[in-house]
Order: sequence, then structure tokens, then C-alpha cells
Amino acid sequence: MAKKLDKVDVVVVGTGWASGIPAAELTKAGYKVVALERGQDRNVTDYIGAKDALRYDKRHEMMEDHAVQTITARNSVDETAFPLRTQTENFEGNNVGGSSSHWSGVTHRPTEFDFEARTKTIEKHGEGKIPKEMNLQDWGITYDEMEEYYDKFEKMAGTSGEEDPVGVKRSSPYPTPPMKETPPITLFKAAAEKLGYHPFQIPSANLSERYENPDGQTINQCQYCSFCMMYGCDFGAKSDPVVTVIPTAQETGNFELRTESYARRVIHENGKATGVLYVDMRTGLEYIQPADIVVLGAYTLSNTKLMLLSEIGKPYDPKTKEGIIGKNAAGFELSTPGGSARGFFEDMKFNLAMGAGALGGTFSDLDSDNLDTSDLDFIGGGIVELRLRGEDPIGYNNVPSDVPSWGKEFKDKSLHYSNRNLAVGYSPSTYGWSFNYMDLDPTYKDSFNDPLLRVTYEVTDHDKKVTEFGNKKLAEIMEEMGADIVETSPIAETWGHKHGYGEAAGGVIMGETPENSAINNYCQVWEMENLFVIGASALPHKIPQQTATIGAFAYRAAEGMEKILKDGAKLLVEAKETNKA
Amino acid sequence: MVENNKKTAKGSSENHDPSRRKFIKNTGLATGGVVGGTILGALLGNPFKSEEAPKEGNADKPFTETRMFFTRFEDFNVLSQATERIYPEDDNGPGAIGLGVPFFIDKQLAGAYGVNKNDYMKGPGQKVEGINTYQTLMNRGDVFIEGVRKMNKESQDRFDARFYDLEGEQQDEILQDLIDEKIKLVGVSSSTFFNLLRDMTIEGAYADPLYGGNKDMQGWKMKEHPGIRASYIDLIESEDFELLDPISLRDYQQ
Repeated sequence: MAKKLDKVDVVVVGTGWASGIPAAELTKAGYKVVALERGQDRNVTDYIGAKDALRYDKRHEMMEDHAVQTITARNSVDETAFPLRTQTENFEGNNVGGSSSHWSGVTHRPTEFDFEARTKTIEKHGEGKIPKEMNLQDWGITYDEMEEYYDKFEKMAGTSGEEDPVGVKRSSPYPTPPMKETPPITLFKAAAEKLGYHPFQIPSANLSERYENPDGQTINQCQYCSFCMMYGCDFGAKSDPVVTVIPTAQETGNFELRTESYARRVIHENGKATGVLYVDMRTGLEYIQPADIVVLGAYTLSNTKLMLLSEIGKPYDPKTKEGIIGKNAAGFELSTPGGSARGFFEDMKFNLAMGAGALGGTFSDLDSDNLDTSDLDFIGGGIVELRLRGEDPIGYNNVPSDVPSWGKEFKDKSLHYSNRNLAVGYSPSTYGWSFNYMDLDPTYKDSFNDPLLRVTYEVTDHDKKVTEFGNKKLAEIMEEMGADIVETSPIAETWGHKHGYGEAAGGVIMGETPENSAINNYCQVWEMENLFVIGASALPHKIPQQTATIGAFAYRAAEGMEKILKDGAKLLVEAKETNKA
Repeated sequence: MVENNKKTAKGSSENHDPSRRKFIKNTGLATGGVVGGTILGALLGNPFKSEEAPKEGNADKPFTETRMFFTRFEDFNVLSQATERIYPEDDNGPGAIGLGVPFFIDKQLAGAYGVNKNDYMKGPGQKVEGINTYQTLMNRGDVFIEGVRKMNKESQDRFDARFYDLEGEQQDEILQDLIDEKIKLVGVSSSTFFNLLRDMTIEGAYADPLYGGNKDMQGWKMKEHPGIRASYIDLIESEDFELLDPISLRDYQQ
């Protein structure tokens, strides 16, 4: 029997941005918050000297333990899903900080179009532009209404950047200047400008200078050391929860961090969440943590799984197209369309071992606010980037496609091109489809004997057209950059049954009405007012880079929670009347 | 080049343990002769007696270049030659054997990675075709044992010689047949085994030397990779390629 603990104001599941931000905001306001983290305790000292590519990048030190759980995968409802057994096939963040610790630091804001994709598409092109099976929906809030929360997130994170010449409106400049421009970035920007685009430095959480945020936390200056994405930072120079919101919460004295505490259910009765059931992974003992407000701020997959296991909301059924939870699964690894172009240079050599997760150049001319899709067979668009993450030698062996992947020629050519290749990528938004969803697997179980989450995911013709478009544009850029060999990515026929890098979206989506969404624009569950589900699970479609948006909605959600705790508010948004029955 | 590599490997193994090699050869153990306790017992009384106890030629080798996982030298020798074909010695520098890759793989298989500690290993198993996925309930250690033994058996069936005694092209033919699923393994697809073998060979060539491969950071030197350094903040804007001496974690961590 689970032991019932003393009630607190708020219990949050997870310790990444989605859960760490509400934890910081509410403890600052004087409320008692308990955070349940399934992984281990981590602070900055864990990452000092942690520059080990095998351990972090290849053996996935910071990722969840699949001995406890993983996901199963299939293309369509007619197939039997199989489990993604190893870290190579599926990984998601674990330990304090979660995916928000191992992230690259790329901090793009989305476009205005992303918030009102349905309305804007119909306005401009008519309803016929939307493919029949695409679940395109507005988020129930506009960019202008959300701007203040992006501003808040960037000021907390100290984001380093410069204004996008053709980007969304900003209320204030980036808190810190852009990162250094290196020769490959200069080459990229010159080529982009020549082709009529408006390049700028990628907005980055690898900070260009030492910064103290409004909560009094210091983030150090990035050293361009290359051990960044998939790692915790050696220097506390990447904005992540471990150097910002977690210590902010801890310093209030109102915060209790419980690690190795695996959440299994939201406990609820009569339409009200009463607490969270979790297991202490060290003892195997079960506890219930009661609270006035329950927050699921874990990763997309865990948020969705917890909603399904807790039987909150109606599970989505692709046959009847009814139900909400699990709907609009998007952004699964390898399925993400957009394409890439890699250039091999005979006469130029670059310092590719140097870099940082979010170092690079970008432009938004081909993103949804700027791209006219009237004559194109798709909607939306995305960002173009050249990234210089600082390549580790194990995983960085790019060779032209006619070279085999092993043997004498492979060795010779991979050594030759080690510092002689660059890649540009196109990251578009990807949308929800009636046949792409998540539910509980009928066969495979986790170590608690609960079903695994099953992902059913198909790559659509729409997505293939985006990739074709992206590849063409990217190849032009790479040619202009002077590469001797230019190769574009193959267009994937299936999603590859792989997932990672924290890119998945959907499952517990937001919208204007309970008819097509689980939560409102405060991330408050329509049918359970004291339950909030925060993260990319909330996004009805996957946007090119999700972190700033997760952070912005986490700030807005925290504001909503305070309205409930302080003023006794109930439903924070009135559901929009719709014509649908 | 191929011949040189083979000599390196065989030579080192013979230096490694001359008395034992001779013993195995003489008794027919290596050719798979039946080993009964009595035969072994009878032989044990004599051949080791007159040999020197310390193994000559081993004194200058690191203590860590010793097998932790592979019990049969035969299996390890097949593995060594396979890694050398995947990442051969050439004008750029040492191949997999010279970099210590076989010992790297041996150590990896002896630890958490070899027993798939953090992987989902529950049944039921499924036959999944056409997708590169780890769909076996065997752990990586089991997969390697099954893989190298089948390679060696295939080699003997097809060429009447052990895998490590084949010509390079013959070895490649067997490796290619693993990729093409033309060699049947029990419990795991041959391409899954090959992918693991290929990836772990590259890992062993370039991972920090603390894991037993990338000997003397020679993998990094061939790649002109600086290894682990605190900062590039003063170099990252440089127009020139900066060739830096590599530094390993041993010299970086506190």
C-alpha cells in the first residue's frame, strides 16, 4: 500500500524547464512545492571535467534507463509495434534538469503563424489548402499575447542573440550579445545574403558573456569547448535548470526535490486531482504526495503516458477520430522533414572540433511568417541553420555517399574530410495527422507492469514535399558556399522507428475548446482545473525549436496556478464556442 | 598492408604467450579436438614445467591489455582481425589492432554495455525485417560470441581456414555477407551484429584512451582532433586550421 504523505501546495513531476519554472515561480511566491524526479540528483559539479564522448554521446549517460521503460513503435494501425530497446533507438532526458540539461541551447521563438496556423492558412489560401487528414489547429493564443513570456524566459536564461531582420516583434533586445562569428558562419552568411536571405546568429543559451539573471543566478561565459549538446556544461555556461530555476527554487526554502522518485499516476477523484502516486526507486516503496495543484512537466512521452495511465481525458482513437489524449504525435526523430545539405571542401579546412551546441548562423526567410506557400504543395515552413556544435571524433565521420562505411577507403576518406565538411539544415514545423498518435501498447510492459507507450507514426507526402523543397534550397546555399561536392539528405519513406533529442510534440495538446484539445492556453486541463500539463506535449504541432516555447508556456502556466492558489480561480480560460456539435 | 596487419596481430599473440600457443597447437585444441579432462590432465603434468613462468614480451604492455570478456583466444583473434578490416592500418597510421580496439571492445562487453544494463530486454521477441533495430533478447556479449564464432565457422566451411588466416578480400567477403544477412546467426540478425562490430570499432579508435582504445591518442592524431580542451574561445575565430596536440581526460580531470 502506498503511504500517504503530508499535503503541499503544488507537486510537480519532472525537473526540466516545464516543471522547474513553475517550481521556481511558485516557491518565490511563498508556496510549498515538491518536485518528483525519476532520475538522480545533479548539480554543476557533476559536469566538471565531464568531457567524455563515449560516456555522454554514445552511451547516453544523461538519458532514461530503458530497463524501466521505453516506447514501442510502428508505422500504422495495421502493424504490430516493437519496443525501441536501446539508447541508440530511443533516448530522452533523465536526472535533475532532464532534456533541458542535455539540450543544445538553440532558443528560436516560433512564428506568428505557428500560433494560428489554421486561421492564417484559411485566410490566405482557403480551407482547401489543408490536407484532408491533417489536424491543423490554432493554439488558442496569439504570439503577441505570448511575447511577454518569451521575454521572461530569455531574461531568465540570459539568451545570447541578435535581432532577426525579418523575425517576430520583440519587446526588448536579447539579454546578452550574440556568440562569436567563426569562418564557417561568415561563409554561410555571405552565401545566404547573396541568395537574398537575411542571416543572423542563432539565439543561444550558450552565453556570450557572464550573466546574472533576475533571480540572482549566474550563468558563465561559453568557452566553445564543444562538449555541449548531450552533455551537461563543464563551466555552468549553458542555461539549464541546474544553474537557474532549480537553485532559485531551492534558495527560497519552500522547495523539496525528491530524486529517484518515479511518478506512476495522477490520483484524482470527482474531476479533481488530489496528488501523485510515485515509487522511490531505491526502496521500491510507493508514496502518494497530495497537493492542491498537480503539474505534469515531464517530457512529451511521459506526460502523455501519465495521462493515459491515470485515465484522465479520453484517449484518441484514430478509427473514429474521437478522443484527445495521444493525438497529434509529431516531430519524431528521422521523420522530421526538412532535409539537409552537406558540402565537402577540398581546399578549405575548418576548426570543426571547436564549437558549442547553439553556435551558428540561421535565417527565417523560409519560415512560415515569411514563406509564401501559394505555389507550394505544403503549408508552413521552417528555419535554415548552419550549426557548429564542435564535433567529437567518434560520431563525426562524414564521407561522400559513394564511399563505403567501413574499410580502407572509409578510413582514408573519413580522415581526409574530418575538418573539410559543413552541413546546413532546414527545420520546418511538422503537423498533426489523424493517423499519427500515441496510446498504450497492448503487449509490452514497463518494470512496474504498466503498458509501454506506443507510437504510431507515418511520414506523409506533405512532409516529403517539404523535404524536397528544403533540400533544393539548402543545396543552392552549399553550392554558393563553394563546396566541391554537395549532397542532400535522402527523403525518408518511414520515420525510421527512432526517437531522440527531445523533439517529439503532441499528446496532451492545447486549443480553444475541449472539443479539440486537452488543455487551454494556461496548460490547464479543461476537465480537471487543478491539473496542469506543460511541455512540448502541449503543442498541436511540432515547431522548429521548442524550448523557448516550452519555457514561455511554463511561465504563463505558473501565473495561472498562482491565480488559483491566491485568488481561488477555477477555469482560467473560457472555452470558445464552436460550430461543431 | 593486409599482410603486415596480420603479422602484427599474429606476431603479437605469439609473443604474448609462446608456451601456451605451442601447447594449444601441439594438443590440437585449436583445431577443435576433443578435450577430455584426462587428456588435459595428462598433458598438464609436463609441457609447462620447462617453460619460463613470466610471459616474455608482455612486460612492456599495459596491464589493461588483457582479456576481461572473451574466454577463448580463438574468438578474440577473429574479433581482432575483423576490426582491422573495418579500420585498417594504412599510410595515415595504425589500424584497429594498433589502436587497441579489440581490447576496447573486450572491456565494453565485460561491463554494463555488454549486458545491456540500461536497455529494454523484455519479451516477447519479434522478427522485424528491413529496419535497422536491436530486436534480440540476447545481450551484446552474447551477440559477439555468436557472431565471431559463426564468422570463423563460415570461414572454415568456405575457405578451409580460420578467419584470421584468410586473405583480406576473403575476410571482407564474410563481413559483407554479415551485412547482407547471408550468414545465419542464432537469435540475432547478422546485420545487427555487424552494425555493433562496426560502430564499436570506430568507438574504440576514437574514444578517450581511458577505455583502452585510441592508444596513445593516435586515433585523434590521425584525425587532427585536439581531444579534450578547456576552451577554444581564443581560437575559434581563427581563419587558419589550428593543429593542436591532443589532450586526454587523464590530463584534464581533477
